[in-house]
Order: sequence, then structure tokens, then C-alpha cells
Amino acid sequence: MINYILRRLLYVLPVLLGVNILTFVLFFVVNSPDDMARMQLGDKHVSQAAVNNWKQQRGYDLPLIWNQQENGMQAIKKTIFFEKSVGLFVFDLGISDNGRDIVADISQRMWPSLAIAIPSLIFGVLANITFALLLIFYRGSYLEFGGLFVCITLMSISGLFYIIAGQFLIGKLLALTPISGYAPGIEAFKFIILPVVIGVVSGLGSGARWYRTLFLEEAAKDYVRTAKAKGLSELQLLFKHVLKNAMVPILTGIVVILPLLFMGSLITESFFGIPGLGSYTIDAISSQDFAIVRSMVFLGSFLYIIGLLLTDISYTLVDPRVRLN
Amino acid sequence: MFSLLWTDYLMFALVIGVALIVWRASKKQHLLRPWKTVSDSTVGVVSLTVLLTFVFIGVLDSTRIKYKPNLSNGERGARTETLSVLDIVLTPIRTQIETTYSQPFAHSGYAKELLIDERGTTQWVYPRLKYAGAHLVSAESDKQKDIITKAIEGIFLGFMCWLALLVFVLFFSKARSYKARSKAQKNIAYTLLIIFSLAGMVASLGPYYHVLGTDKVGEDVLYQAIKSIRTGLVIGTLTTLVMLPIAIALGLMAGFFRGWVDDVIQYLYTTLSSIPGVLLIAAAILMAQVYMANNPDLFTTVDDRGDMRLLLLCMILGLTSWTGLCRLLRAETLKIREMDYVMAARALGVGRMQILKRHVLPNVMHLVMITVVLDFSGLVLAEAVLSYINIGVDPSTYSWGNMINTSRLEMAREPIVWWPLAAAFIFMFALVLAANLFADVVRDAFDPRENN
Repeated sequence: MINYILRRLLYVLPVLLGVNILTFVLFFVVNSPDDMARMQLGDKHVSQAAVNNWKQQRGYDLPLIWNQQENGMQAIKKTIFFEKSVGLFVFDLGISDNGRDIVADISQRMWPSLAIAIPSLIFGVLANITFALLLIFYRGSYLEFGGLFVCITLMSISGLFYIIAGQFLIGKLLALTPISGYAPGIEAFKFIILPVVIGVVSGLGSGARWYRTLFLEEAAKDYVRTAKAKGLSELQLLFKHVLKNAMVPILTGIVVILPLLFMGSLITESFFGIPGLGSYTIDAISSQDFAIVRSMVFLGSFLYIIGLLLTDISYTLVDPRVRLN
Repeated sequence: MFSLLWTDYLMFALVIGVALIVWRASKKQHLLRPWKTVSDSTVGVVSLTVLLTFVFIGVLDSTRIKYKPNLSNGERGARTETLSVLDIVLTPIRTQIETTYSQPFAHSGYAKELLIDERGTTQWVYPRLKYAGAHLVSAESDKQKDIITKAIEGIFLGFMCWLALLVFVLFFSKARSYKARSKAQKNIAYTLLIIFSLAGMVASLGPYYHVLGTDKVGEDVLYQAIKSIRTGLVIGTLTTLVMLPIAIALGLMAGFFRGWVDDVIQYLYTTLSSIPGVLLIAAAILMAQVYMANNPDLFTTVDDRGDMRLLLLCMILGLTSWTGLCRLLRAETLKIREMDYVMAARALGVGRMQILKRHVLPNVMHLVMITVVLDFSGLVLAEAVLSYINIGVDPSTYSWGNMINTSRLEMAREPIVWWPLAAAFIFMFALVLAANLFADVVRDAFDPRENN
């Protein structure tokens, strides 16, 4: 087991290196730091001195990958690639283009993101499974047909609509919850309800359909037919056999996205004014803060790969037939 | 004279390409079988008809003509304008621009203004709109009746056009009686009747009212929503066009050749898919923006710039979204290469490329088909989200995302301005729902597991 995990972790390194090189190429080679500086300082009417100053303050005035003026290891170390990209591996994310410490920002903004993401995930999965089980229970009836139609309709509505309509209906007309905002501590509760509810509803269509196919696949298996022939009621069948065995793909499907919860949801957070990592990213994108975008790309990829690793491990934990080698 | 943009060319190439494929496939029995299932399903036929209507509008909007507009005094203008056929069809809606917001079917403005009447007294009233309802003598009493009359006229107009089309089609087809038609043809006919009636209503009401109101600068919202159809279609289809060759080539190669080829390709897609999609798109679009800001002379007109950005967005979306299909195709190819018929082909000395082309590719095409149709709706929805974060299409391009983005803050106004949002969401919903329903039918028809 430990051997396997170690081997998988070794496999993670080249992938992260690939991510790193890709972002490096995107951010520094396709466009030179000069271009970035001009963009930040306001397009055309910028003097070269101002550009140089901007670059020097942020450490973008070094050569890209090879510093000819230095000797030995310094030729590699005193470069943008080494200072800006390699540091990511040890989570030295550096300083954002407007001078703030990225690591501190992230560790502070992580919590509001989790406060939204975790309840959304839990209630979302519960709602989806319930809805899917109902669909299976009423298989072949008009209720199922109607339910599937509802699913497709929910899927076809833009996610933005749920947010805007929810804010308007619940926040403004009924005034049940604040429209947007956030407060730390226990106060956060009332700000979280609306985003969570909207998150659950907007994911219901595709989620329930996905779980339904999982359940249907399971329900088509021979042991279910045997159980039915044995005289088990439909309810017992669903809960004791179908649900229990379908838990394997469900759990592993959840595990893979667990690490990504840290990243928060871009749209939800920015609409509800929640100071999480999602809105952090959006702000960085709109203010074109490349240092933050780069850090978030790296963090996101890292968490994704951790998710994959956790999935593999969780397979062995829930399904004894799967062996790691 | 025609004056096409890059996406227009690609759009036409795509439509012609799909038409050619359909024409060639229609001669082969085994390829027709799943489509028979699709055409037997009411949902499938209706949604396909709706989708094709959207495509038709998109193609009209892609046919751009450069011409010198006639001035009011009958002379030719000096300036050339580029308009699409759709623009010309929608001329009354396009050119009737009010000063600011107005509600759907309103005849007076959105907010009260100080007006001076002929006697010189100032009044604090809702001003009459310049175009909408201008033909009414006393707006309050006549408007409702006028709208209903015009709507019924429009439905009648639509019905007559539909009838003409029906007679035309029946005249040129073999079976001369309506009763001999198949279920699919009847479904198409009824769907078209509804579409024609709606179009007739718009045609009849459009010149006299703003059916979906006007936006901040007084532009008709219905016009914007219709213009946005093309953007949605381009994103949904061109992205696929970019993604397909990569996904198919790499997926087949990884599954078929295995060994180091497989390792490299697997590494590629793991790396690419590990980067959060939105961030990768954001990074690429940011870079594109920097590039465009530094090379302003490459993109001379607003249309050019918007079009380039749209094309770029499609390419970026395509480059980031091939991994899913690639993974699927790799797994399927791994299975197929162990099949007896592949073994037989190999034993008979057929080359690897030939085996891939003749035996593997046709057997994974159903996966490709399903993915293409399934991805389409997701991409249309994604456009709205990306435009919201300002990494979508150019702000000057008509798109549902831009409509939502510019009007979402107006929800805070009193009375609220809901119509631009509603229009964008309804149009997007119609397209996506049709695509989703069609995708479902296609998947059921093509998925070999479902047939058992």
C-alpha cells in the first residue's frame, strides 16, 4: 500500500512539472513580461523606464531560463523560471502583482470557500441520490418520465439563471436571506444558506441523471434479479442491494472532487460576494494579476492529482476486489 | 459582394461538411439504422427541427454582404456597410433604436422625464417612445387591441407560409397525399407550424413594438437575442471541430500502438486535464488579450477583433476539452484491437494505418457522435459563464453571456429591468433544451449497450 502510494506520488511529479512548464510558456514565453507590464500600467502611453521599474519590483527583469551574466548554478537560479515557477513546487507562491503574500491570502480565503463547498456537496449528493432513487422506484411509469423531463429541463437552464433568480426571489422579494455578503464565525450561517440551496438545485438535474444511470446499471445485474425472484420488496431491493453496491462508484466519484473543494466556486462566490478562493481567482483574472492566476493554476492541478490518487486508494478500501499494483 | 469573416467560412465549411456526410451516409444501410431510431422518436425529430431552425438563423447571420446603403435622398452612400442577411431581414427591428430602456410592448419610456408641451408647460411624464407604438393615436385604449390583432395577423401569415411550404413539398415528393406521410414527417410539419407562427408574430409585431423591450442604449432586445444565436452555435460547433481531430488521432494512437506512444499521450492528457479548465481558458484568453493589445494593426475593425476573439475562444476551448473524448477512445480502441476481426486483418497483412482507418475508426464513431452532441449544450452554457468572468467573447460581440453580463446589475433598479435577462435566458434555454433532448435520443440510438 505505502509502496503504491509512494510510486503514485513519484508519478505526480512529472505531471506537475508539465503543468509548471505549460503555465510558464503561457505566461512568460508567449507574452514577454514587457507586455504584461504595459498591460498593467495602461497600454501604449507608458515609458520604458516605468516598464522596467514595474518588472524590477516584481522580479520579472531576469532572463527567462538562462542567465548568461551569472556562473554555475546561479545561471539557472537567477532566472524567471527558477524564481517564479520552481518555487511553486514547495508552495512558495510568492507575492502577487499588487504586493500581497499569496500564501497568506490563500490560507485565509480557503475557509469561506469550504464553508460553501462542503454543505453544497453533502446536500447536493443527498438530494441527487434521493431523486435518482425515486426515479428508479417509479421505473416505467409516467412519474419517471415526468421526473426525467424535469431533470433535462433543470440541466438546460443556465447556472447563472439559478443564481440571479434565487437572489431575486429569496433574497429580494421574500427577504429570507441576505442577497450577498459574508461574515466570519457563526454569523456566516445566514449568508451560506442561499448559495448552498442554489448550488443544490442547479446541480440536481445532471446529478440525479448521473446517479440514475449508476443505479440502473446495478439494477440490471443478475444478483438483483435473483433477489427479486426470492421475493424481496422493491424498497428492500433498492436500499439493501442497489444502493449499497452503487456506493462504490458514488464514493469514488466524490473523493475525486474532495480536494478541489478548496478552490471554491468561481461564479457562486463572486455573485454572492463571498471572500473565498473562487472570487480571489476571479478578481485576479479581471485585474490581470498573473502571479495569482499562476499560483491558482498550480494549486488546482495539484489538488486534482491528489484527488485522483485518493480515488485509487479509496477503491481498494471500499471494494476488496480491487488490488493495487 | 460577400464579405465573410473567419468564423463565417468555418461555419459554412461545417454545414457543408455535415451535409456531405449525411448525404453519403444516407446511402449505407447499416449507418442508417440508428438514425431510424432517432427519426421514430417524436422528441428526437422535434428537437432536431428546432436545432436546424437555429442553425438556419445562424447561417443567415453568417452570410455577410458588403454594400453601399441607399441614403434617404435616393443616392448611394459613400460608406460601405457590412451586414448579414439576417440583419437585412430584421432591418425594422435593428434600426428602431430608442433612447434608453423600455419594457416589452411599451409605448412610453421606462422612467419619467420633464417634457415641455406646445403650450409651454412642463410636465413630469413618461415620454412616448420614438418608434414603438408610434402609430397608435391614443395608446392607452388602442394598444391591447392592436397587439392582439397584429399577433393574430402574424399567426395567420405564418400559417399561410407554412401551408405554401407544405404544398410545395408535397408537390415535389412522390406520395401526393398528406396521409401517406410518415410519423417523422408529420412531426416536422407540426413543429414547423409552431416555428412559423412565432416567426410570423414577430414579423408582424416587430416593426411596431419592441416585443422584448429595449436595453440601456435603446437597442431592441429581441434583435440582440436573435443575433446571439450565431455566437452560441459557433462556440458549440467550432470548438468540437478543433477538438475532434486531436481527440480521435491521439485516442486511437494511444489505444492501438500502446507502449511509449500510450505513455506520452496519457501523460499529455493527465497534465492538461489536471489544470482547472476555467483557469487554463482564463490564462490563454489573458495572453490573447495582451497579444491583441500589442498588435492593434492586425485587427482593424470591431467585427474583425470580435471575430478573432471568438475563433480564439473556440480554439482554446477545443484545446482544453479533447481530453475526455481522448480517454474514452483510448479505452475503446484497447478493446477493439483485441477483437477477432482486427486480428484477422493483421494476419492477412493489412497495414496498421489501414486497420485503424477501416476497422477501428468506424467502430468508435458512435462514441464520437454521442460526445459531439452532448458537448454542444455544455459549451453554449459555458459561453455565458465565461463572458460573465470577462474571459468569453469580445464585449462587442452579440452573445447571451454578454447580454446577461451587462444587464444583471440592472436587477437592482426600481422598477427592475428584467427583460434583457429573461430574453437571453429563454433563448439559451430553448437552444440548450433542444440540444439536450436531441443528445439523449442520439445516445439511446447509438449506444450499443442500450440496444440489448
